Formats: sequence, structure tokens, C-alpha cells
Amino acid sequence: MGEQLLTTVDWARAQFALTAMYHWIFVPLTLGLSFLLAFFETIYVKTGNEEWKKITKFWMTLFAINFAIGVATGIIMEFEFGTNWSNYSWMVGDIFGAPLAIEGIFAFFLEATFFAVMFFGWNRVSKGFHLFSTWMVAVGSNLSAVWILVANGWMQYPVGMAFNPDTARFEMENIAEVIFSPVAISKFTHTSSSGFLLASLFVVGISALFLLQGRHQKMAKQSMVVAAVFGLLSSTFVGLTGDEAAYAVAQKQPMKLAAMEGLYDGEKSAPVVAFGIINSAKQPGDDQPVFLQAVKVPGLLSLLANRDFTSYVPGINDLVFGNSEHNIIGAEQRIANGKIALTELARYKTAKNHGNLVEADAALAIFNQYKDDLGYGHLQKPADAAPPVATTFYSFHIMVILGTMFPLIFLLVLFFAFKGTLEYQRWLNYLCFFSIFLGYLAQEAGWVVAEVGRQPWAIQGLLPVGVANTNLAAANVQTTFFIFLTLFTVLLIAELKIMIKQIQIGPEA
Amino acid sequence: MKTLPSKIYTFYRDGFRAMVVGRTLWKIIFIKLFIMFGVLKIFFFPNFLATNFNTDTERAAHVLDTLTNTERPADITQKTNNF
Repeated sequence: MGEQLLTTVDWARAQFALTAMYHWIFVPLTLGLSFLLAFFETIYVKTGNEEWKKITKFWMTLFAINFAIGVATGIIMEFEFGTNWSNYSWMVGDIFGAPLAIEGIFAFFLEATFFAVMFFGWNRVSKGFHLFSTWMVAVGSNLSAVWILVANGWMQYPVGMAFNPDTARFEMENIAEVIFSPVAISKFTHTSSSGFLLASLFVVGISALFLLQGRHQKMAKQSMVVAAVFGLLSSTFVGLTGDEAAYAVAQKQPMKLAAMEGLYDGEKSAPVVAFGIINSAKQPGDDQPVFLQAVKVPGLLSLLANRDFTSYVPGINDLVFGNSEHNIIGAEQRIANGKIALTELARYKTAKNHGNLVEADAALAIFNQYKDDLGYGHLQKPADAAPPVATTFYSFHIMVILGTMFPLIFLLVLFFAFKGTLEYQRWLNYLCFFSIFLGYLAQEAGWVVAEVGRQPWAIQGLLPVGVANTNLAAANVQTTFFIFLTLFTVLLIAELKIMIKQIQIGPEA
Repeated sequence: MKTLPSKIYTFYRDGFRAMVVGRTLWKIIFIKLFIMFGVLKIFFFPNFLATNFNTDTERAAHVLDTLTNTERPADITQKTNNF
């Protein structure tokens, strides 16, 4: 029987990627637009100008549409955990259970109270309380994102826990270490600020469309100025947090950083690739060139990774095969360690079942020496420790290039807005409108970098995706993949239709 | 004089009644929740460990068996190309 083209784990990963990327269409807009609503309404309350109330209500309607279509799509991921990723779910239940329960309860009360006041409370509660509710929606929505990003950060850099060999679970030992891990913090700050950036692009882009159509020009220009200022500030913050995130990746996930930059052989004064075409035939350890074409900026990757232009940055080959000169233990050695850990874990389990506590203790002592490389024991060969390089490289570069372009757009919008000629810059308004889609592209590319770049791990170094996965028939997961594809497509069409209709109606609705 | 619970009830009731776009959105939310919890969760997404094992001890033993079984391929990302 021939090898299956796509195995169960492929379909499970594809399904999870589909769900997460679909969910991620809605989340960043919610995170950012909620703050923009708070800004618009604050201006209304401060000035008493009814025009700003109309502006707030218009964007609030689009916020509601986005929220309604996106709400609960994240729950599907929990279904997938229980069915497709049962080993993983079991092993991390103790770590994720409390944060995700807090998020669920928090989100419920937030939505049942402040969302209701925000949408139903116009002219029925005081202006001050309504404004307070809008701010609470913004702050609360962003806070509720903390927990899921902390959970994701833990998977990238598992800290504050211990593995229990009797229950096969990672148990929380220090919640502060989990919450305040550098990876979790940079993940939250970078992700939420990128949501602010996307929402700014959304408001600027839709407003630009109004200018192109010659409709609602005053409202459009007022919205654009506020969103462009917020977008510019957010872009700066995205840049700073992106730098911090890259530093955290360099320190805690050097393989991911090497893949992000297509760096196979580590070097001092390592360059950043400003532009490059990856040689897709390149494999770790071979002599083929990495790039077919590349433009490099020397020293920049060393600065990014270690805050030092001349520092050494390890490459994929160093991390796969080891590098004694730089004290890098390669995957080859870690696989050997991991196999010992797994053998001793199996011996511990058998000895415990037979009541042979002396042998169990001996096995556990050896297991504890090698447990940090537990997941490596499942890899077939050292090169399996490297993620898909081209996907990670291109996604990272798309994200960075777009992220560099967006602040320039905001600057241009502000420049022409203050010159009073914004409505005449048709090229800029077209660019603003199409930047909405580029913003979504950058968002999704960011997730691809984060998730594909950490392959083959479900939990960095401890649990490969193939072991995290449930041993189901591929056809089962394949079926639900296509069900989701259909459901998500229908929902997305529904959202776009309602959203477009509402934009066509405009703020007069 | 209305009591606080009564005021809250009236607030929500009137809010729902006054919805325009919201009506369509709530319909979508309910249809979506029905598909997710009434169809997908029940028929396609059983909790594997909860369905196939009766106790936590059995579940832990199963996961440990999987974890210590090194015959299972850990990942197949590298099998075709480096994309």
C-alpha cells in the first residue's frame, strides 16, 4: 500500500489552521475597533457635537457585524482539541484550564453588561456611563485576549510547570512564570497592537471609499484623521513589540528565527534578508545555496537577535547537527537524550504497574535528567527538528514589508488631511481601501510565522504535533475539514454582504 | 417606582426590540450556535478520551502509551519539500 498523500495529522493541522485563521479575521478588528469607538465617543462627549455621535454609531454597527459573525468561532478550536488533539488536551489541561475558564467567564459578563449598554444604552443611560461602557468593552476585549495568548506563549516556551509521569500531564507550578514569560508578553503586546493597526486601516480604508464615492465626506475625513493618528501610534508600537518578539524568539526559539531569515549556517554579524527567493530544494546539511536571489543587510539579524551587530546567530544546520565551537547542542544529540527519556518513562510506567518501586525510582531519576528533550525522542532524524523554511521565511517577510508600509500610508493621510486636500488624492484613497486587505494579509502572515515556524512542536521541545494528535482515521478529519470550509465560507459571505450593505447605507442608518 | 431588576429587564427588552441590523445578526448567531453545538459537537466532535475511556487513570495510561510509543511518526512536515 502506497504512502498516504495527507495523513491524519496533516488534516488535523490543516483544519486547525483553517479555524484559527478564520477566527483571526474577526478578532484583531474587534480588538482595535473597540478602542476607536471609545476615541470617537470620547470626542463626542467632550465636544457635544452630534456629528461625532453619528460617527461613533456608524462604526459601532460595523463593529457589531464583525463581532456577531466572529463570536464563538474560537469555540470550534476547543472541539478540535478534544477530538483531534486529545493527547495534547490531556497533557496541557492543567495549564490551560484555569486561564481559558477565566477568559470564558470574563467574556460572558463583559458582553452581557457593557456590550448591552454600548448598543442599547444610547439616550437611556447617562453620556458618562455610556462612554465608560464603551471604554470597558475596549479594555475588556483586549484583556480577554491575554489568556489565549498566554496559553499560546506557553506552547512556544513552556515554563512554570512540571511533567507528572503518573498522570502524563504538565502541571502548573508557577502561574506568574507562565503569565509573565517573555514570549507570552511579547506575543500579547505585538498581537493586540497589530489589531489596533488593522482596525485603523479598516476605518481609514472604508472612509477612503466614501471619499472616492463622494459620499459622507465630512464624516469620512474626521474618521480618517482619528484612525490615522491611532494607526501611526499603533504602527510604532507594533514595530517596538515586533522587535521585542523577535528578540524573545531568538533567545527561546532560535530554530524559528533561523527559518524566518533562511539562515542555515550560523555566523557573526548575521544579515537580515531584505528580499530573497528561497531555493526550495535546499535541505539541512546539503551544499545547495539557500537563496536563488537575495538582498542582505549585514549585521542587522545579529542586532535583532542579541542587541549586538557583531554577535553570533545560530543557523538551522548548527541547531540540527550541533556546533561545539558555540556550545550548541544539536537535534542529533537531543534526539538521543529524548529516546533515553522515553525509554525511562516507559520503564517507570511498567515498574510502577508491577509495584517495583525501586526500579521505578531509578527510571524516574534518569528520566528527570533527560526530560527537557522528551519530545525529541519522537523525531526520526535531526532534520525533522527544522520547520518548513520557505513558508516561515515568506510569511515573515510579507508581514514585515507590509508592516513597514502601513505607517507611511497613515502619514500620507495625515499630511493631506491637514492640507485639506484628502478627498482629491484618489490614488491615496484607492491605496487606503486596498490596504484593508493587505492588513488582513499581514495579520494572517503573522500567525503563519508564529505557528508554522514552531513546527514540528505542539509544545516546544516536549511534544511533537504527531504525538499530540489523536490516532483517528484521516477520512474523519478530512470530512470535518470540508464541513468547516463550507461553513466558514458561508459565514464570511454573510458577513461581507451585511457589512457592504451597511457601508452602502452609511451613517444615515 | 420600578425596582432595579425590573429596570434591567426593561432595558434589555427594549434594546432587543429596537434592534435593526441586530435582528439579522442574532439570527446568524443562533443558526451558527445550533450548527456548532447541535450538529458538529454531537455528531462530529466527540471528546476522544471522554468517550473511549471511563476513568482518568485509563486516560492517563492511554496518553502515556502514546507518548512512549516511538514507532509513531512525530511529524511529516519534511516528507515532500521544505515548504
